Amino acid sequence: MYQDVILDHYKHPHGRGLRDGQAEVHHVNPTCGDEITLRVRLDGTVIADVSYEGQGCSISQASASVLNDLLVGKDIAQAQQIQETFLELMQSRGRIEPDEEMEEVLEDAVVFAGVSKYPARVKCALLSWMAWKDATAKALSSTTPEETA
Amino acid sequence: MTTDGRVLPGLLDTEAIRKDFPVLDRLVHDGRKLVYLDNAATSQKPRQVLDTLNSYYERSNANVHRGVHVLAEEATALYEGARDKVAAFINAPSRDEVIFTKNASESLNLVANMLGWADEPYRVDRETEIVITEMEHHSNIVPWQLLSQRTGATLKWFGLTDDGRLDLSDIEQVITEKTKIVSFVLVSNILGTVNPVEAIVRRAQDVGALVLIDASQAAPHMVLDVQALGADFVAFTGHKMVGPTGIGVLWGRQELLEDLPPFLGGGEMIETVSMHSSTYAPAPHKFEAGTPPIAQAIGLGAAVDYLSAIGMDKIAAHEHALTEYALDRLLQVPDLRIIGPTTAQDRAAAISFVLGDIHPHDVGQVLDEQGIAVRVGHHCARPVCLRYGIPATTRASFYLYSTPAEVDALVEGLEQVRNFFG
Repeated sequence: MYQDVILDHYKHPHGRGLRDGQAEVHHVNPTCGDEITLRVRLDGTVIADVSYEGQGCSISQASASVLNDLLVGKDIAQAQQIQETFLELMQSRGRIEPDEEMEEVLEDAVVFAGVSKYPARVKCALLSWMAWKDATAKALSSTTPEETA
Repeated sequence: MTTDGRVLPGLLDTEAIRKDFPVLDRLVHDGRKLVYLDNAATSQKPRQVLDTLNSYYERSNANVHRGVHVLAEEATALYEGARDKVAAFINAPSRDEVIFTKNASESLNLVANMLGWADEPYRVDRETEIVITEMEHHSNIVPWQLLSQRTGATLKWFGLTDDGRLDLSDIEQVITEKTKIVSFVLVSNILGTVNPVEAIVRRAQDVGALVLIDASQAAPHMVLDVQALGADFVAFTGHKMVGPTGIGVLWGRQELLEDLPPFLGGGEMIETVSMHSSTYAPAPHKFEAGTPPIAQAIGLGAAVDYLSAIGMDKIAAHEHALTEYALDRLLQVPDLRIIGPTTAQDRAAAISFVLGDIHPHDVGQVLDEQGIAVRVGHHCARPVCLRYGIPATTRASFYLYSTPAEVDALVEGLEQVRNFFG
């Protein structure tokens, strides 16, 4: 479960720290106390930045770092597809062995496949992704159509 | 004997005891020996309890207190016999003071609801105060928050000292003439602290407040004598004391149980019912609406027999020796900080700690890979984590079948955790 990629992201997180954004959310995992504050900044339909601050286990923290790597610079629609694929993988209870196609979509995030076998830890891996989804929806509804066009 | 050659005083014959607990032989994660250190969450069950459950279902299963047939009479005798056993186990003056519930949470909620609906002099209302402590399990916080919200009563609490004890320095300001109920935990599930009952009970009695003691972490581990405690109510649960899940106990003083109103209505708790009104059965049945957890109560009776045969004083001595040894060894682990008392005095066998800045979830996961089962998180006592400025802890908790070798396994496991995340 603890792949080197996960430990690397945990020890040296990418994009950590709160920066400007159009929306901010705070998500917690009540069973273990993991917390994340996450902001999304959109530039038209492109995700200009995902910044975050939080505390929690290596899985939750590494997952936020991988999310930052993967989603920043992507178009919202493409990012949503990545998020959905990640969600599908994490909810697979270890039954999905990522194939080449999935690896292409998820890049580093495929290393979390092993986490999906541990029901207690799936929420840790998903914490930042759910926060991102929520923040993006908020950012979209707070910006006018002209701004996002 | 321990790895460093020490002989611990007062240890039980765990080799013999462990033979009674089939699950302790289990191998996990590719053949690793299970080291079960999550006893504060729930205990394992001995063959004697499992056999009793089986035998009840195979031979005597029936609903209680009603039928006139053989099975109904047997089931009733077994169920009520379990009440006798529990009454004796806690030295209750009367068997009618033992109410079966589904767990300690229900027992605590039951008292909160009795008081919410009670008449004077027990009534909790906006003029009155409820007192708890900062080290309570959520199950002894939330029912009082609910009662406070519903009645307008003020909720107050004792804070904690830096070394994990109750801060009673302001006891006369916290428990006052307005206090109707003081509800506190005898042994903290997260800190392991054993609280000073006498000082609190004395103050409560001085101001005429009722006292409820949450003994969930005490009943499995030490002699529990409700008369010696001097409280009005004592709550605990069966599954932490080698009994099944789904069975809890509320002990209450008889005159209070007579005076206080029922909470749940239904079958079993009535005397007569008409379409206009009902009268109630005497305690304990007044508080046991509906078909009770029959098999579970009988299983708890078997658990009490099992513990009594070994002796609660001997179990307490065993755990005290193990706790002393575990504290000693854990304090030598670099970067490890105990959350709670660091000596075994007035302390039980649940030990919480943090290990550097490694998150408890990661500690627990790496220990699990080595077959070591601990609890991680806030242990349903989040205010304690907030008080000590930590998100969560790792908790190892011991019981009558725990061994010094298991303490050693934990310490070695923690070394591996440090290597892994260091």
